[in-house]
Parts: sequence; structure tokens; C-alpha cells
Amino acid sequence: MNERQILERLNYVFRDVFDDESIVLSRRTTADDIEDWDSLEHITLIAAVEAEFHIRFKMHEVSTMKNVGEMVDIIAARAR
Amino acid sequence: MKELQYPFDSHYILQKKKSLRRSLLSDGSARFPKKIAVLGGSTTSDIVRILELFLLDQGIEPSFYECEYGQYEQEALFPGDDLKAFQPDLIFLHTSSRNIRNWPEASDTPGVICQKLADETSRFQTIWNSLRDHFHCPMIQNNFEAPFFRLLGNADCWDLRGRSHFISELNRALEAYAREHEDFYISDLNYTSADFGLSRFSDPYYWNMYKYCMCLDAIPCFAHSLASLIKAIFGRGKKVLALDLDNTLWGGVIGDDGVSGIEIGQENGTAQSYYEFQQYVKQLKSLGIVLSVCSKNDEENALEGLNHPEGFLKPDDFAVIKANWDNKDSNILQTAQELGLLPESIVFADDNPVERDIVTARFPGIAAPVMDRVENYILHLDRGGYFEPASLNEDDLKRAQMYQENKKRDIERAQFSDYGEYLSSLNMEAEIGEFIPMYIPRITQLTNKSNQFNLTTRRYTPDEMEAVMNSPEYIGLYGKLTDKFGDNGLVSVVVGHIAGDVLDIDLWLMSCRVLKRDMEYAMLDALAAEAAARNISVIRGYYFPTKKNHMVKDLYESFGFTKISEDENGSTVWELNTSGYTSKNRYIRLL
Repeated sequence: MNERQILERLNYVFRDVFDDESIVLSRRTTADDIEDWDSLEHITLIAAVEAEFHIRFKMHEVSTMKNVGEMVDIIAARAR
Repeated sequence: MKELQYPFDSHYILQKKKSLRRSLLSDGSARFPKKIAVLGGSTTSDIVRILELFLLDQGIEPSFYECEYGQYEQEALFPGDDLKAFQPDLIFLHTSSRNIRNWPEASDTPGVICQKLADETSRFQTIWNSLRDHFHCPMIQNNFEAPFFRLLGNADCWDLRGRSHFISELNRALEAYAREHEDFYISDLNYTSADFGLSRFSDPYYWNMYKYCMCLDAIPCFAHSLASLIKAIFGRGKKVLALDLDNTLWGGVIGDDGVSGIEIGQENGTAQSYYEFQQYVKQLKSLGIVLSVCSKNDEENALEGLNHPEGFLKPDDFAVIKANWDNKDSNILQTAQELGLLPESIVFADDNPVERDIVTARFPGIAAPVMDRVENYILHLDRGGYFEPASLNEDDLKRAQMYQENKKRDIERAQFSDYGEYLSSLNMEAEIGEFIPMYIPRITQLTNKSNQFNLTTRRYTPDEMEAVMNSPEYIGLYGKLTDKFGDNGLVSVVVGHIAGDVLDIDLWLMSCRVLKRDMEYAMLDALAAEAAARNISVIRGYYFPTKKNHMVKDLYESFGFTKISEDENGSTVWELNTSGYTSKNRYIRLL
């Protein structure tokens, strides 16, 4: 799975969780760019991403992730 | 909505919660608004969002108040202005074993542990009493789930120092409180967590990271169970179980296999599974759920199958039997009409998904659980929570018998050419009086469940009914009706509010079981007498149209009231002078 594919699948997950078909993710996307992405929705998002890629994020990763790019890197390293 | 029906996909619900909410809110169905205050000892955010979905699916439109994180105790003891202004219809205390203050220690003496238990119990009792004093509304309290580790292993359950034992004792105290207080309900977190799988449920990751007392995946199961209880409290439970026969109540197809070929009884695993299912269905009947048959079979074959010597259910267990080759949706509609109920009161149990779709497409409010394999029938019906009672009363327990008696009345009716003679022959007797404490639960239940013969469709909590009973400004009347075939129980409720010399009728309803018996005239006579005794000169009646109460549109006219006004929605106001009132009841003897 290359980065573009990961970003595409992540895009689908984000659109589902936020119920917003207009979302277009890039590596630089952060919580500031998506209106409903607060700390509580972050929980749902993480769970959905974990289910999509069959991975578990480490606790410190969940809280220190700064943008979608960092999420993509972890997925690339961990997903099979 | 299929996605919210047990067994559901937790991931799917969690991920799609926003779009599911959007679909539900735009489906055009009418819902009852209810205000629910959630006081949590852990994160409540997604609990509430998912609970909302299940409640919307049950015809309730909730608005929520969530207290500040973890502040359940503070908010309960010193309710803030926001909570007071919210005026909840229901308060839910979302606590868990994570909120236990003082666990027993290995070095504690029995005396110390006893005190710890008493302290924890009284802490919660103080919370409930404070909430009751401030809000007078139903309260739901989670009980406590088993600890996720057992320091004492198997001894943890009986040794006083074991946390498992401590939790059990605490739950016993909650249960005793529930038995003693009508406004207090337990949300059985202990059962839901076990049903889900305790080790996954209590995964510490979710507490330590997010302060959720359960893993995310468990939230839909928990919320669904809670929604079943809430809908029961608000009178939205289902009343009828309509059952298919072939491969639902027995294995095989009786038309093809013959009565000796169907599988039911003790002979093999399959037969025993169907037998156990029949036993479960009979137990539902004992709670007051009405059973009916809806089968594509010749009636002769259907009855032969139900008379199978090794079957547990018999034809007499069913209030209505529809065995024919008509479409099942028509049969369901007729069944509802014969019972005097709306189709939405029905749960349709059929192993054939095509039949389920036909019925639910025509009546979206009907529940049709997945019936894939006989081993799962009880599980799916049970977890669906369709028939969960908020409370059980005498009328519930005798309901099946009441429908049986109604059948006899119908047969008798057919023998009279004059309807008045038929009514006379019934030897009806009514007990009509002002509310008394013993009848408040049944009065409240009937008020919240009646939709058709209901002039204003106003809902009341038990507290509000008690207030009516105790206030000199209100007249609350109940009516019970018996005849030579049996006791119909409590069947009518009227509530009026006195303002000067005018009585405004806030509530007038009657059970459809006793339509066309003139019971409404007996109630009117009693109301008029009560009004005259209090020097009321005018009685004012109101009709607020809904999709379901068209049958009472002209009730006040039939009573001799004069229409005063009508608005563009069809709501009408009527008036009657009490002077010169003449009795209208001709066939019912008053006790």
C-alpha cells in the first residue's frame, strides 16, 4: 500500500465519520481544517481508522499526532 | 431502521453515527420529544450520541443535558441553573465500577468493609433523594459491572475482601431501592457488560485514554439496552407478537411434511430448540403480551400443527389466528384491527426475510427481528427489547385472558339484533372514582400508551398523576369495567383542571378494548356529577388531532357539548353547561 492509497482510504473514513462528502485530505490537514474534529470526535476517528487498516495506534501516538501526514506515516509503517 | 436492529454492527454504527442521525431525522415520522439529563461519572459523549440514534428509531426525539465531565454527584446534590432550567423528563446516572470510592482492602476487617459498603450505598441514596426532591421525574441508575481483575480469583465472589463480592452487595442495595421506589429504574450494566464480554468491555485503554468506562465497541450494545428501558418508561413498548408457523414455531413445513413430519418436542436437537422457543413465547404471554399467528397455510393445517401433542403452545394461546394465503401485510393489518391496536404495536416473527420486508415496508413502525436460525430466535427476540416492561401490573398479567373474554363477547354480540339488548345482556358494572394511590401506576401506563381514543394525547409521569390526585384544583377520574365475561381492568382516565367555575378537560382517554360499550357516557356522568358538586357551571373539552385519534374527533359532540371554536389544524374547543345535565349512561351499573 503506498501513501496515495492510504490517503484515499483515509479520505473515505473521514468523510464517513464527519458525514461530509466535501472533505479532501492532504498530509497537511489538521483538526483546525475540519469543523467537527474536536477531542471527542478524535476518539471515533481513531477507532474508525484502526478498524479500516487493522492496526492499533499506541497511546502516545493518539495524543501527539499533529496532522494527517503523521497518521499516514504510522499506518504505512504498521499496516500489512 | 435495519442497521440499528439487533444484532447490529457496532463499528458501522459508531462510524456512521452522523449520517444515521441525519437519515432518522429526515424520515418524516412523528416523534415524541423527551428531555433527558445525563449525569456521568465517566465520558458520556458517544454514549449520548448513540443512545440518541436508538431512541429516534423508537419514535422518541430526545434532547440531552450532559453535566460537566465526572460531575454526577455534584450536579445531583447541587443542581446548577442550567440543569434546573432544562427541566428533564428523565435523569440517567451513568456511573460504573470506576466510580467506587473505597474498595475493600486485604487488611480490612469485616466491620470496616461493612462500613465502606454502607457509605457507598448511602452516597448514592443521597444522590437519588436529592434528584427526586428537585426534579420529580423518573431516574435511571446504572448498576455496577464486575471488576476486570480478581485479586482473590474464584474467592473474589464470596470473600468479604473481594471486589466482586463488594460489587454484588452494592448491586443488591440498588435492587432493593428499585423495588421500593416506583420512579427509580436500574440500567443493568452488569448484564450488558457480561453479555458483551467483560474483558473487552472493561479494556483499561478506554478509561486511561478517554475516560470511557467501556470500550467504544460496547457503546452501541449498552445504548441499545438503555434505549429499550427508556422507551418502556415512556410507554412505547410493543404489545403483540405475531408469529409465523413453519420454521418459526416448528421445524419444517406442515403443508408438505404433515403434522407427524414437523419437528417439535423432545425427539431431536431441532425439535427441542423449537420447543424451547415455544416455551419462551408462552412466557411472553404471561407478561401480558398478546400472541397471534400469521401464517401462509390452510387454517386446518395450522390448527393441526398447534395441536401437536408435543407442542408447548396451543391454539388457545393466540388471540387471533390468521392462517390463509393472503398477503401477510393484509393479515397483520386485520390482526391489528381485530385487537383494536395500531399495526406499530406489533412485533412480527418470521424466518422468511422476504415476508419480513413485505410487512415492514408497509408498516415501517413494526419490528421484524432477524430470525435466521432457531438457536438464535430467543436471543434475537430478547435482545431486541421490544416487550421490556417498565413495570408489571395486574392488568398486564391478565391481558391474554381479557382478549379471550373479548372473543366470547363478540360471539354473544352476533346473537342479538338489537345492540342495546346486547349491551344490557352483558351485565356491565363500572367502578368510577377519583384517583387513588393503588391505581396510579396503571393510570399512568394507560395514559402513556393510549393513542386512538385519546382527545389530547397529553402524557403524564407517575409524579404528575399523583399531583393531580392530591390537588384540589384537579379532578382525576379512573374507570374500571367488568361484565359477565370478565374484568376489563382499568380502561378510562379523565383529568380536568378547575379555573374559577370552569372545568378544563386536560385528558380524556379510553382503552380500545371497551369501545362501543357506553363506558364513555358513564365517565361523563361521573365527571358532570363531580363538577356540579364543586359548583362548576361550565365543562370545556378539547380535541387535538393526531394521526391516530381521528375516531374521537366528534366525541364531545356526541356528548351534547357545543363547539366553541376550531382552528386551522382541526383542533376544537367545546363547552357544556352543567345545569340541566341528564345522565347518558343506560347500560352500565355503577358500583
